[in-house]
Amino acid sequence: MECVFGMVGKGFALVVADTSAVNSILVHKSNEDKIMVLDSHKLMGASGEAGDRAQFTEYVQKNVALYQYRNGIPLTTKAAANFMRGELATALRKNPYMVNIVLAGHDKETGPSLYFIDYIATLHKVDKAAFGYGSYFALSMMDRHYHPNMTVDEAVKLADQCIEEIRSRLVVAPQNFVIKIVDKDGAREHSWRRTTKD
Amino acid sequence: MARYDRAITVFSPDGHLFQVEYALEAVRKGNAAVGVRGTDTVVLGVEKKSTVKLQDSRSVRKIVSLDDHIALACAGLKADARVLINKARIECQSHRLTVEDPVTVEYITRYIAGLQQKYTQSGGVRPFGLSTLIVGFDPYSGVPALYQTDPSGTFSAWKANATGRNSNSMREFLEKNYKETSGQETVKLAIRALLEVVESGGKNIEVAVMTKEGLRQLDEAEIDAIVAEIEAEKAAAEAAKKGPAAKET
Repeated sequence: MECVFGMVGKGFALVVADTSAVNSILVHKSNEDKIMVLDSHKLMGASGEAGDRAQFTEYVQKNVALYQYRNGIPLTTKAAANFMRGELATALRKNPYMVNIVLAGHDKETGPSLYFIDYIATLHKVDKAAFGYGSYFALSMMDRHYHPNMTVDEAVKLADQCIEEIRSRLVVAPQNFVIKIVDKDGAREHSWRRTTKD
Repeated sequence: MARYDRAITVFSPDGHLFQVEYALEAVRKGNAAVGVRGTDTVVLGVEKKSTVKLQDSRSVRKIVSLDDHIALACAGLKADARVLINKARIECQSHRLTVEDPVTVEYITRYIAGLQQKYTQSGGVRPFGLSTLIVGFDPYSGVPALYQTDPSGTFSAWKANATGRNSNSMREFLEKNYKETSGQETVKLAIRALLEVVESGGKNIEVAVMTKEGLRQLDEAEIDAIVAEIEAEKAAAEAAKKGPAAKET
């Protein structure tokens, strides 16, 4: 019942993820941060098998950091997305990572971008993306209300509408959500949407 | 003697590893490098040869970052340095990946020294021809540290040290003039030591300062300013020594 979704606005990109860590019928915690800050200007929202998620996202994060030390400049969002896709593709026919990722980044030259990367190494550059059961509701809401060059307030309002839809229509809806944003000033947490305190 | 310096795995009868000693010779011919540890700062300074006019100096960085909180300078074969630095950078990230914590300065020094030692005890390889000065801040205690490694694979911590060309004169100077300093005073001490053996001027030395916030490379203008300060202090000290009779207005 995990959901991760994101969208691109004017000069920024937004990623929203639920924060529940679930095992069968037990909720381990409801403040699990699934949106990793990959580097100063990239956000990676990941959903899927918890072990694979941690393993893969941390591996990518360290490799992105290594690239920066070796080359003196950070990877572009596109390069990071392609690196991730390559790793997923290599592992696919041996020992697949069951992780779905929404990668959001901001580059000085090209501005904000959003990438949809699923567990079988599909890579798409998109304006809006969503994973999980919540994607049925989030994508529909975004299809209806999204328009290019939204302001931060408009985008957050749309994210709230998606969260509202997920909360009311999904049978086992996640309790809390976190919203993170990346723009020219960097990647950072924007806000939480809680129904329970952990 | 000539028969004992072929393959480095062979000891000579009087207990020498000649290849390692020859590697140390290569270090002695390399550019001068100095490191000074203060209470809240640790500084690295390296000599820069300014005779190459057509070279793009931005592509020759002599003080490199291994991680956010660790930097390295070296004297000796720069191509060998590239290999060691690359391996060290990977190890820094690998450590973060496996234990979710940054490396300590001692850990990464031990790793680099271990690599250098491995190449003194393997078949068909030669030792790395460089000594490194590694500086950084311990991520847990916030204490600054300075370490040195050499081609034999030994390492130790220092309050201040020098390696490369004329390192003995620099070390002598540091031994005479070292005292616990902080901030800008540490930078000045490092530059003063370097100026003992290097032509004065911002374009002949590269200086980097490591604080808790990270590594900062000083630009030419800043270095020139500090050099000017040092020269002024030296001139004032000279004048004072000459006594009140020769004191100028």
